[in-house]
Amino acid sequence: MPLIKNKALSDNSWTFVADENPLPHGDISVSLQRWQAEKDAVLQHDGHHGVRLSPADSVDALANDLDKLDLIELDFPLFKDGRCFSQARLLRDKYHYQGEIRAVGRFLTDQVFYLHRVGFNAFELDSARDVDLALAALNDFSVRYQASSQ
Amino acid sequence: MYQYNERDQTLVEERAHQFRGQTERYLTGELGADEFRALRLMNGLYVQTHAPMLRVAIPYGLLSSKQVRMLAHIARKYDKNYCHFTTRQNVQYNWPAIESVPDILADLATVQMHAIQTSGNCLRNTTSDHLAGICTDEIEDPRPYCEIIRQWTTLHPEFAYLPRKFKIAVSGAEHDRAAVQLHDIGVYLVKNDAGDIGFRVLAGGGLGRTPIIGQTVKPFLEKRYLLSYLEAILRVYNLLGRRDNLYKARIKILVKETGLETFTAMVENEWLRIRDTMLLSDERIAEIKAHFTPPAYDVHAAADPTFEQQLSNNPAFATWVKRNTEIHKTPGYRAAYISLKAPDSPPGDISDAQLDAIADLADQYSFGEIRTTHRQNLLLADIRQSDLYPVWQTLTRLKLATPNIGTVTDMICCPGLDFCSLANAGSIGIAREINATLDDLDYIHDIGDIKINMSGCMNGCAHQSVGHIGILGVDKKGDEWYQITLGGSSENQAAIGERLGPAVAKHEITPAIVDILAVYVEKRLDDEPFLNTVHRIGLEPFREKVYATH
Repeated sequence: MPLIKNKALSDNSWTFVADENPLPHGDISVSLQRWQAEKDAVLQHDGHHGVRLSPADSVDALANDLDKLDLIELDFPLFKDGRCFSQARLLRDKYHYQGEIRAVGRFLTDQVFYLHRVGFNAFELDSARDVDLALAALNDFSVRYQASSQ
Repeated sequence: MYQYNERDQTLVEERAHQFRGQTERYLTGELGADEFRALRLMNGLYVQTHAPMLRVAIPYGLLSSKQVRMLAHIARKYDKNYCHFTTRQNVQYNWPAIESVPDILADLATVQMHAIQTSGNCLRNTTSDHLAGICTDEIEDPRPYCEIIRQWTTLHPEFAYLPRKFKIAVSGAEHDRAAVQLHDIGVYLVKNDAGDIGFRVLAGGGLGRTPIIGQTVKPFLEKRYLLSYLEAILRVYNLLGRRDNLYKARIKILVKETGLETFTAMVENEWLRIRDTMLLSDERIAEIKAHFTPPAYDVHAAADPTFEQQLSNNPAFATWVKRNTEIHKTPGYRAAYISLKAPDSPPGDISDAQLDAIADLADQYSFGEIRTTHRQNLLLADIRQSDLYPVWQTLTRLKLATPNIGTVTDMICCPGLDFCSLANAGSIGIAREINATLDDLDYIHDIGDIKINMSGCMNGCAHQSVGHIGILGVDKKGDEWYQITLGGSSENQAAIGERLGPAVAKHEITPAIVDILAVYVEKRLDDEPFLNTVHRIGLEPFREKVYATH
């Protein structure tokens, strides 16, 4: 699936590993539950480490681990689930997380302008067709009333 | 009133452009119906029973004559020559084609208007007191703070996909005319013991299926913290508000289920973290306040004797002045309501020709400004009292001078089954029937101030649960029935009305209202207002009369 990172098409080195699967080589992300249960095993793994959060997960659960994480994926079960917007905002503004925050799941390209403004810097898209739409949508507005988390 | 700067103008133009692209993608099948639905709602576009409905924002109810002429133009060009003012001071078009909505938004942008966030599960238009800046009981003019909130809410990137819609109201007067306590967030300007003016912030109010009165979360908030406090409330709500059940998703349910103390503690916690990062400076407040300075009033207005002469010469004019105008804090001036509750017209509806004529009146007599009220009327706020006579004459000719403001025929009414896909029952037809039955102006004036609110379904768009008399349309096996409540109020002593008894059939609702009014007239003491009588004698006498005869 195509990836936009820092407003450009980008290679994706990351694999999300489902809870029941063994950890493959390379850069991996796991669920919060697996991270909490198997943190040491994940950290001993050879690649970079990331965590995928669901909207119901509290970002506070990662407060002491953020320096170990290069990627946090925020997963949209539905595009209407706006909790991911606040999760990203808290990661950037409350915890000053500097790593990649990636939108995955069922978000819309029409949402990437707002997502970028609250702290997302990467977007995993469904299809190649979405790339141009998403890149254009990142520039939907040249003005704004509120501060951004970037 | 507030004038757009370059940033404001660019934003509405870019928004119209964005929506044009989204509409094209929908019409070519690139964008799914469900996805387009969320996007179009945030641009005020519903799909209703007969046609789409477009809701246009009127920030805190202020319009210029130029904007009113544009509303008329849109009604002519894209709709059926009329539009409808809502209980949240906005305006709706009932018959635009989806394809033409991007053009309408582009037209609106040319007069500093838009439909941004007028529907959908996002931060909605901020509403306020329609007498702001001119009333005699004001602590401070709320409009600058409404504008500051308008800008903060507009395209707020974090709060565009909330669990449910979110409404904010601000009042600066002692008398609450903005139903502040029935909003997701209510803000009152208040003075503390030290004499400083700040805000009392309420949260968790709301109407709809489960009407709840908001509770105070911050008794006194310094002005510089206004936006940080709102942001803290919204963040807590966005993260914790229920998303599993549409009917339990409003902030009122979160506050209720969490408990006020715990909810407030969470908000305070977040607020303390962020409050110094988003301070509202005195300079910023002053900059916005400069847009709301009083117009150049005629200092000799009070000395003109013609007003008194006209009052004594023309009883119909005097009646209109008594019912449809308000005292103004500037000597020699009054505010005049434009009644959109003529007996033969759906409440809140207005034609393109009437809009154009009102714009002319505003230019000639009221500094080019028009206001919308939450009871679905319009207001010319700054009329020299000696000019009231020609204003009244013109309004009479336009059928906009029915002297019924605040009376039983000044009903709040939703579009109902005639237009709305959610409605269970008609409301406009019932309003017309009640109006036709209560056609004796002397009787209406004798009854005095009374608020009848009527909604065609549980969603309660016409705020029936806080009407002194509330009427709610319900569906019983395909038939339209009506549930009556008494004793509701959206003012300072806000209260949810109590159910009178079983719903009545369609042919019984108007006689029931007539009976309720008759009981009031019989039982009231001297000039006792309706609500006081209801509180004193209880519901039983009303119940006996209504259910004994029907």
